[in-house]
Amino acid sequence: MNFSEVFKLSSLLCKFSPDGKYLASCVQYRLIIRDVNNLQILQLYTCLDQIQYIEWSSDSLFILCAMYKRGIVQVWSLEQPDWHCKIDEGSAGLVASCWSPDGRHILNTTEFYLRITVWSLCTKSVSYIKYPKACQHGIAFTKDGRYMALAERRDCKDYISLFVCSDWQLLRHFDTETQDLSGIEWAPNGCVLAVWDTCLEYKILLYSLDGRLLSTYSAYEWSLGIKSVAWSPSSQFLAIGSYDEKVRILNHVTWKKITEFEHPVTIANPKIIVYKEMEKSTRVETESLAFPPARAQASSLFSTQSKYDISQVPVTLQYVKPVTDRANPRIGIGMLAFSPDNCFLATKNDNIPNAIWIWDVQKLKLFVVLEQLYAVQLFQWDPRQPRLAICTGNSKVYLWSPAGCVSVQVPMEGDFQVLSLCWHSSGDSMALLTSGFLEVWKSLQPHFHYMNMI
Amino acid sequence: MGDWKTITVPALSSASKIAYQNTSEKKMSPSSLNMQQVLCSPLPSYKSMHSFFSAFCTEENVEQSISYLNRELTTLGFPSLYSECKDKELNVVSVLNCMNELLVLQRKNLRAQEEVEIQHLKLGSDMDHLQNCYAKVKEQLEASRREIVGLQERDRQQQCKNRNLHQLLKNEKDEVQKLQNIIASRATQYNHDMKRKEREYNKLKERLHQLVMNKKDKKIAMDVLNYVGRVDGKRGAWKTGKTEARNEEEMYKVLLGGYEQRQKQLLVENAELKKVLQQMKKEMISLLPPQKQKPKERAEDGIGPVLSDMEEDAVELNKENMWELSCETVREQLTNSIRKQWRMLKNHVEKLDNQVSRAHSGALNGSDVISREDHELETEKLELEIQQCKEMIKTQQQLLQDCYLLEERERLQEEWKLFREQKKNFERERRSFTEAAIRLGLERKAFEEDRGAWLKQQFLSMTSDHKNSEHVKTPSAYSGSSDPDNQLMNFRSRQKKPHCLPSVHPSEDLCQTIQHIPPNSNSSVVLNKTTEDSKPKQWKGLNKAETE
Repeated sequence: MNFSEVFKLSSLLCKFSPDGKYLASCVQYRLIIRDVNNLQILQLYTCLDQIQYIEWSSDSLFILCAMYKRGIVQVWSLEQPDWHCKIDEGSAGLVASCWSPDGRHILNTTEFYLRITVWSLCTKSVSYIKYPKACQHGIAFTKDGRYMALAERRDCKDYISLFVCSDWQLLRHFDTETQDLSGIEWAPNGCVLAVWDTCLEYKILLYSLDGRLLSTYSAYEWSLGIKSVAWSPSSQFLAIGSYDEKVRILNHVTWKKITEFEHPVTIANPKIIVYKEMEKSTRVETESLAFPPARAQASSLFSTQSKYDISQVPVTLQYVKPVTDRANPRIGIGMLAFSPDNCFLATKNDNIPNAIWIWDVQKLKLFVVLEQLYAVQLFQWDPRQPRLAICTGNSKVYLWSPAGCVSVQVPMEGDFQVLSLCWHSSGDSMALLTSGFLEVWKSLQPHFHYMNMI
Repeated sequence: MGDWKTITVPALSSASKIAYQNTSEKKMSPSSLNMQQVLCSPLPSYKSMHSFFSAFCTEENVEQSISYLNRELTTLGFPSLYSECKDKELNVVSVLNCMNELLVLQRKNLRAQEEVEIQHLKLGSDMDHLQNCYAKVKEQLEASRREIVGLQERDRQQQCKNRNLHQLLKNEKDEVQKLQNIIASRATQYNHDMKRKEREYNKLKERLHQLVMNKKDKKIAMDVLNYVGRVDGKRGAWKTGKTEARNEEEMYKVLLGGYEQRQKQLLVENAELKKVLQQMKKEMISLLPPQKQKPKERAEDGIGPVLSDMEEDAVELNKENMWELSCETVREQLTNSIRKQWRMLKNHVEKLDNQVSRAHSGALNGSDVISREDHELETEKLELEIQQCKEMIKTQQQLLQDCYLLEERERLQEEWKLFREQKKNFERERRSFTEAAIRLGLERKAFEEDRGAWLKQQFLSMTSDHKNSEHVKTPSAYSGSSDPDNQLMNFRSRQKKPHCLPSVHPSEDLCQTIQHIPPNSNSSVVLNKTTEDSKPKQWKGLNKAETE
């Protein structure tokens, strides 16, 4: 296990560059670029205010730092450290900022979603897009970066505008039959756009690239609807997680539901493997303790080891009863992700926050359930292989692959919590983020190496 | 029970009177009447009889009693007591006869009475039995009536409950409908309110937007050191109709590309599935035994011709490879044919199942047994055959081996012959060669001596000729040519002799065989080589021999 030393970090802002060579992290108002292999500091940039958001350009040559409070976006170049660029939105304010797929335009969303300003780094032109929709996933780029879909709202109606990213020409503009659009997402093949409605109504619409409505799907009425949506990497399936604790899979040929995945509290099928995280009590031999205690020893004394045990079916999972009189209840399928080889789908039911359900997409059946000791904060698939990394807010990171699963103690001082993680694009290393620190797990071995260490 | 006969037993006068009186008073059924009479008048005891009988006839009224008796008996059908000829004279014979008759009658009556009594008893018991039965049945009827009432009561209660539940269900449904209506109305209300608020919000946004734009904030700007080149290195282009058209085109291309890919995938999948179906159809056809069709043609009327149709279809399809096309008719044909085959297969399997079940029940046991015996016989036969075949193979193998041996022996013998011949030849040659070698040796000796002499001469002549060196300035080769020529001629002539003598095979074998000869004749080898050479070489060979 090859863990790097601990670096400072603020606001969980840490990103690998798309080409996999650099690691960008923020400490207050400084942006630090490190080399991925030896984690040496390559560049150090100082911004005008505390950074709230960073994003690499697609060609890894530029990085933008957004400071929402001041309404400023600063862009830094890796090739030319002297080059600088500052975009000031002034009184318009800034709510969100992102790159365009060609890495030469920056889209700033001003406060109150008044407009989206498209700043160009190549020319002196500025474009404005009026009436953007005030929702989280209002802008979506196709995977090949050619087209951009933007959700708009005029006169109490939702619209979608399709732009060509090369010259920002408006290709199509059409209205959607949604009450209150809450998200849009392109299929990986760039031909179909999924548009879904607010959680008050279960409705998902599928539009083709040229603006035609291909299909509408609505599973039920009245109850809270769609919570999360994910496309499979081959664009064959669309997984919809809803508040009724089910995931429905639509197929790309007929756009009809082919199966439903339920997330019950009791698992009775003996073919399903249930991994349960158990605490291993470590014995402390008081005689062998040295005084003053070495650092490594100190941390290991206080941290509890854990391992995975296979539970015998039937298993009853820990269920958290949701508070019904509040908005945005913690029920339903909150997280959905397909593995990059399209073989597995990982889901999390917010009613059962300690468990992750892994479904076999080929057989359309439940494959594995992972039961953790604490609530799952985040899980992310390895970009290259079917390996899932999970963090639950304690000092461990968990890896699952079809070969098995392993719990890895992150060697850090003191008691800390791994709140987030992100994979390197090659799947070789992973950055583990806590609320004040960053640690990189380098040269992740193929999975079976870790299996032997349990 | 028999018929009741009313037999009125005439009682004695006084007693009878009483009896009759008794009977006339009590109005009972004739049967009971008689029974009473019989019961009431059992055969009295002797003494009482005596007294009883003496009461009727005394010594005074003999005549009267006789006439009375006669009268009674004649009315009953008995012959008269009086004799025929004399009146008022007792015919003893007829009296005795009458008495006998009366006795017989009495006995018969007694018997009848007994029978009647028995029947009476029987009937009494039957009556009791029937009364019991009646009582029981009555009880049962009562009980069932009560049960019916109970069940009816329960049924009524259940109906009540059912109605209640239905009512509840209806209420619930109504409530649900009501709630849904409420939700719908609330939703519309919220939507309306939302829209109103949104419009207000939009107005605010517009206002703000105006303010922001109007302010012409100098701060809203981009401050960049220098502009960066585009990713693809080209310059920016104006937006024209052309670019728009191009973009549209690009978009449609992308879409079409996606569709084409999908269509390809679907075609491939389709082809595979069709293949699988075809295979399945073939297998199904092969599974169904073709014999079955003939006897069962009647039952499965349409299937025979249908099967042939299917076969034709299959043949057609296979021939023309039509399954590669995806037209409707082909698809329909394929699916229909598969369905039909499947049905036939199903029927077949069902029939087999039936047969098996019947066999299990024992109807076809015999055939099983026979078949097993047959099977065993066959296996024995086959085993015998195998044995025979094995033996045959063994014998054949042996024979073959013998043949081979013979062949080999013959070959060996031939080779031996050849070998011996060759050996003889070699011996002969060897002898000739040794002779030749000896001769050559002798000749060589002679030659050497001659050579020595010639060299001496040469030397002497050279020293003498040196004084006269003008006209003789030819190279030594030629100068010495005449003499060595002579010598050569001599040598050649001498050499020619050995040429003639041995039967020289100008082949390599000779050289080789000679090489095998013991090494003391080495020189002869060299010489032989030299003798084979042509004329100028001979000279060289001589030189060589010289130098060696």
